Amino acid sequence: MKISGAKIVVETLIEQGCDTVFGYPGGQVINLFDELYLSRDRITHVLAAHEQGASHAADGYARATGKVGVVIATSGPGATNLVTGIATAYLDSVPMVAITGNVPCSLIGRDSFQEVDIVGVTMPVTKHNFIVKDIRELADTLRTAFKIAKSGRPGPVLVDIPKDVQTAVWDFEPKPDPVRPYPLSFASEGKLRKAADMITAAERPYIYFGGGIISGKASDEVIKLAEKIDAPIGCSLMGLSAVPYDDPHFLGMQGMHGHYASSVAQDEADLVIALGARFSDRATGNKSRYAKNFRIIHIDIDSAELSKNIPADLAIQGDIKDALFRLLAMVPQKTRPEWSARIAELRAEEKKRLDSALASAFEKNCANCAASCDKTGIPADHRLSPYDIVDEISAHAEADDIVVTDVGQHQMWVAQRYPLKKPRTFLTSGGLGTMGYGLGAAIGASTASGRRTILFTGDGSFGMNLNELATAVSQNLPITIVIMNNGVLGMVRQWQTLFFDKHYSNTTLNRKTDFVKLAEAFGAKSARAFSMEELKNAASEAFAYNGPFVIDCAVDCDEFVLPMLPPGGSIDDIITEIK
Amino acid sequence: MDNNQYVIGVIVSNVSGVLSRVSGMFTRRGFNIDCLTVGETESSGYSRITVAFHGDEDIKLRILRQLEKLHDVKEVEVLDPHETVTRELLLIKVKNTAASRQDIMTAVEIFRSKIVDYSTTALICELTGETSKIDAFIELMKPYGIMEMCRTGIVAIERGENCLKTK
Repeated sequence: MKISGAKIVVETLIEQGCDTVFGYPGGQVINLFDELYLSRDRITHVLAAHEQGASHAADGYARATGKVGVVIATSGPGATNLVTGIATAYLDSVPMVAITGNVPCSLIGRDSFQEVDIVGVTMPVTKHNFIVKDIRELADTLRTAFKIAKSGRPGPVLVDIPKDVQTAVWDFEPKPDPVRPYPLSFASEGKLRKAADMITAAERPYIYFGGGIISGKASDEVIKLAEKIDAPIGCSLMGLSAVPYDDPHFLGMQGMHGHYASSVAQDEADLVIALGARFSDRATGNKSRYAKNFRIIHIDIDSAELSKNIPADLAIQGDIKDALFRLLAMVPQKTRPEWSARIAELRAEEKKRLDSALASAFEKNCANCAASCDKTGIPADHRLSPYDIVDEISAHAEADDIVVTDVGQHQMWVAQRYPLKKPRTFLTSGGLGTMGYGLGAAIGASTASGRRTILFTGDGSFGMNLNELATAVSQNLPITIVIMNNGVLGMVRQWQTLFFDKHYSNTTLNRKTDFVKLAEAFGAKSARAFSMEELKNAASEAFAYNGPFVIDCAVDCDEFVLPMLPPGGSIDDIITEIK
Repeated sequence: MDNNQYVIGVIVSNVSGVLSRVSGMFTRRGFNIDCLTVGETESSGYSRITVAFHGDEDIKLRILRQLEKLHDVKEVEVLDPHETVTRELLLIKVKNTAASRQDIMTAVEIFRSKIVDYSTTALICELTGETSKIDAFIELMKPYGIMEMCRTGIVAIERGENCLKTK
């Protein structure tokens, strides 16, 4: 049967198992939106306030479910507005298909109205992209896009469809199953044996995993490996939620703002077993001073990651779940009492340092910024400690509730403190560090899961894409938004305090935005919290409410994210307290 | 750190944008290209790109692995300089004067170059060979006045039975 290109797109999306798409209409996708309208009982379109929000929503949908997130935008500005969302997904290996309209083929290259070479623009931030100029190739190109997005190391794929291809007609036959990913590649047996030998010989092994454990569904294998070889586990920001926070071997995130015990244990290890991680500069600090004391086994699905940032002593390419399953059978059960005792010491030292840092932070007032930072007259003793906020919110939440963050200090506080229990319950922009990611991603996650989603954000990040509050309200999504409002761009301010002689250049916001009124104006509920009592009440109200609820929490502008390995520094430079 | 020149052969799908993808990968990841050539192959669906670049073993590996990841790249191989025939083509336009004409002709003969255009004021020489031979010829022509020149960059193919083909 011959159908239009626009209908082929919708039919192929449905065929690929897509039930929800996020997007924003426009001139070059009217035909596509017409077909979405006609098929609205089979596929839901969530209308965002801005294409960037839609792209983050597709990303949040994908991270929460593991399915491919789909976003649709029109040509030109619609397409360019997707770019940050696509790049965010690319850096964090999120499966996504972005569909853009474009001007008819005859107008391409003539700077037509709302024409942009989006394939050229997104080439460096997609796994692959296509422009479909022939309707005969449309369905199969979309199928390939899905296949690429979810194969191997996942990532975003863009398909640009000129308007005349959407209006042309051609045969369409649905394929019975969604396309399968490309076949898995399996780690070499010999290399796994060598890895097992290295692990057995090691005195102080340390497991360091990243987001690959979540996309590779290998949480259980990591936990079993740690048990069997008696090794501590640390992870990158992207790895968080793969292993429950209270697992006895888990030391938490390592790296620039990682847990003290986790970062120091890694430095003291003689063997680091890196699993689905890529040794980002935020995880390693100064490369020339990293990994001086330990050897590295690096296992990853993406061979280009092996020895890309840090040379591995043993590099193994292959599916992580399969590799760990086989490795588990090769390593003997072993206890390492000395190493365990040292880890226990580090945990105790971490607690001591944390208590001390929290106590001195409590004593400190905001005197040094009183002149420059007007926080609408909030007295210093009426500000909430970031960890207290995280603790209070998490006490109301359930294990399956998805936690989303924006980017900045609040992101690190949540990453350090929130008791994450299940994979895919922590969504954050780790690689690109996209301020403004959170609200869109929370909309996608809540839409996908039908569950309460908690967004921790800062007044800076929230200001970037708060327009999506309109979407959260129109979709009536149970999103609890916790703004850690400190009136400053806190992470940059922290660097300015530590490394730029307290020159607070353009990080003091002075905005006087009333987030409570703002939320109400959007049709969301809201409350302000200056004290723990107010926070408790606000949280109770928010968690009882089945729609978007904004809690505006007052936080001191000189709260620090600690520990901190200064940029370009190493573990020897770790800062755990600001005196 | 060693800094060798590597020559790699890349078989890619013959689709629009593929050259951007390959060259863009080099730019984006901070690798420098010495020269790049692209052309048809024996099978119509594929093109062959030859890239030469300088770097150490680590850079070479990173380039190979990043290229292998590109969807349109079907095969990549580093060509062993001892087992590979490499050639460049040079077209060079030199001033034609009574004083220099005979010297140029001699050089052309010795280098097995060819004069492919001749006027009273200028002549064009064509030369193929390895990069070092081309460089030497250009050096030789400098005193006579090079008016313009263009060279193709390296094309390379392995000796013997070994072929770079899509599996």
